[in-house]
Amino acid sequence: MDFFLQIAVSGLSIGIVYGIVALGIVLIWKSTAVFNFAQGAFLLVGGYFAWTCIVQWHLPVWLAFILTIIVCAIVCYLVQYLCFRPLIGQPHRAVILMAIALIGLVEGGVILFWKGIAQNYIPPIFPKEPVHLGGITISQEYVWVLGMSAALLIAFGLFFQRTRLGLAMRGTCEDHELAESVGISVETVFGQSWIIVGIISAVIGITLSSLYAVEIGIAHIGLVAFAVVLVGGLESFPGAIAAGLIIGLSESLACGYLDPIVGGGVRDVFSWMVAILVIIFFPHGIFGYKKIERV
Amino acid sequence: MGLPGGTINETYSQDMAIVRTRLQWILLAAFLILLFASPQFLDDYWLSIINGMAITLVAVFGLNILYGYCGQLNLGQAAFMMVGAYASAIVIERFGLNFWASIPFAILGTALIGMLFGLPALRVKGVYLIITTLSAQFIITWVIIHGGDITHITYGIPVPRPTLGGIVFDTEAEYFYLIIPITLLMGFFAKNIARSRVGRAFIAIRDNDLAAEGMGVNLFYYKTLAFFLCATYAGVAGCLWTNYVGIAHFEHYSFWDSVWMLGMIIVGGGGSAMGPVFGTILIKGLKEFVVYLAPAVAMAIPAIGAQFSAAGGMILLSLIIMLFLIFEPRGINHRWEMFKHTYRLFPFSH
Repeated sequence: MDFFLQIAVSGLSIGIVYGIVALGIVLIWKSTAVFNFAQGAFLLVGGYFAWTCIVQWHLPVWLAFILTIIVCAIVCYLVQYLCFRPLIGQPHRAVILMAIALIGLVEGGVILFWKGIAQNYIPPIFPKEPVHLGGITISQEYVWVLGMSAALLIAFGLFFQRTRLGLAMRGTCEDHELAESVGISVETVFGQSWIIVGIISAVIGITLSSLYAVEIGIAHIGLVAFAVVLVGGLESFPGAIAAGLIIGLSESLACGYLDPIVGGGVRDVFSWMVAILVIIFFPHGIFGYKKIERV
Repeated sequence: MGLPGGTINETYSQDMAIVRTRLQWILLAAFLILLFASPQFLDDYWLSIINGMAITLVAVFGLNILYGYCGQLNLGQAAFMMVGAYASAIVIERFGLNFWASIPFAILGTALIGMLFGLPALRVKGVYLIITTLSAQFIITWVIIHGGDITHITYGIPVPRPTLGGIVFDTEAEYFYLIIPITLLMGFFAKNIARSRVGRAFIAIRDNDLAAEGMGVNLFYYKTLAFFLCATYAGVAGCLWTNYVGIAHFEHYSFWDSVWMLGMIIVGGGGSAMGPVFGTILIKGLKEFVVYLAPAVAMAIPAIGAQFSAAGGMILLSLIIMLFLIFEPRGINHRWEMFKHTYRLFPFSH
């Protein structure tokens, strides 16, 4: 029983991480109808830039945080200005492919500037002492991440439900032309939502890099986050977190119980298998909007 | 449009002809003679580039049927190639078949796997479909790494040189004569599929699948068929690549290879016969150029030299794909058609 609880808790904590990365993807989708494949790559930028500030330039941590947030916001704004704005009105396929090409560009840039080598923060940002709960041990960092993602979730929910900008973003996602016709400037909304995502990627990038190490592997979490987003449904913030937990938990359980049978490595593919199964039975994700199409 | 000035189609067979005028026949013959004579005056470096391009081109032809004509995104073409490669290598190793006999097994295995991963296309599209095909990339790689004795886990399966009669295909030039005819044949098939009843159904699905269904196009049949054809081409390409490099290894078919193949179609122009050719030549050529350039860059800028060959290619190719998406979504092929149109009508522009 302790074994089960232990792997369940570790699965849930990695699931929170997936969910929080997926939040960024859902935010961009809800406001601009762009599926941001490059989310993982932006996390890399945030993580590596903060590392450069703290370790190489010896800046204080708070200043490094602020600088990273500013840089990520600028990068994301430029990305939407140069890459996605010219594609307004193009078929959806083009937007998807643009986002995929963006991974290559950002990841290539990260390899070029930071060599893609794993780096550790000195000193670590979150305290690393484990917490004991009954028979199970959990790293204190994950408790911090849990709190952070809960805060982000509530903030996003309020923002989209209660503010005019949130409403404008939801309208833009529905239909670009319709949004323009009721006086929403689609281009401004695009810019604002990408800046928000830049800020969030900076925060999440730093968090993840401090949890593990800053390395190209962070982008892999971005890949798993796609699966999470689609399982949860593209339009739902709670869905992203819930799906993150589902994927994290199932991955961890598979890792614990299937690995001895098949000889290791189930963790890498199990999330994809779950994603395929869910997509076949829930084509719009578990919490996504069901769209009725007409010719 | 599409015909030289003064040429008018009067019969059905004229309308359907791929090679229409005498000049086109002469040009085609000249091109084929030049192509098949090229091993005489090109050295092994250039021949290896051409061979690599030709094999990739086979896979890209298949992807063009699926993405260019049928409009279904597939981010797992390299994984399908991997299935073909391993299927071919396994039957060669286990059952002692030769290269030629392994082709049908490669095609069959890949087509089955391709259809399996294509099945969700019936219920999902766009982003959701990307994820199911992307997961093919990870799941197939994982299965191969954990395949035990059958796939030799991470070591890859070596295969002997292919033979035909008494000839052993050993040098680049000999491989050239093996690969190029297959590529030409597959290109010819792709062209004919695209202008048949099947191809028209694909185009209808791409433009609006609900409308296509309303017109009586069987979505289940044609979407599965598109995945089947795409995977078939990938199987042939994977089988060729395995027998060309002498080993089936999963590292030759990465996630990025799938992305670049999709990029080749964007750059060349999807939904056209010549688009994949232009795209493959440009993207593969640029990749080779970066590899060629890497030592010089390493000398000039030591700070980024070590990682330039890895990162430079990614940045350059992604940039090219992005620029094409923004400025010419119809690809090089569209420019080429415009150019042909202009010179055919040359002194009189209407």
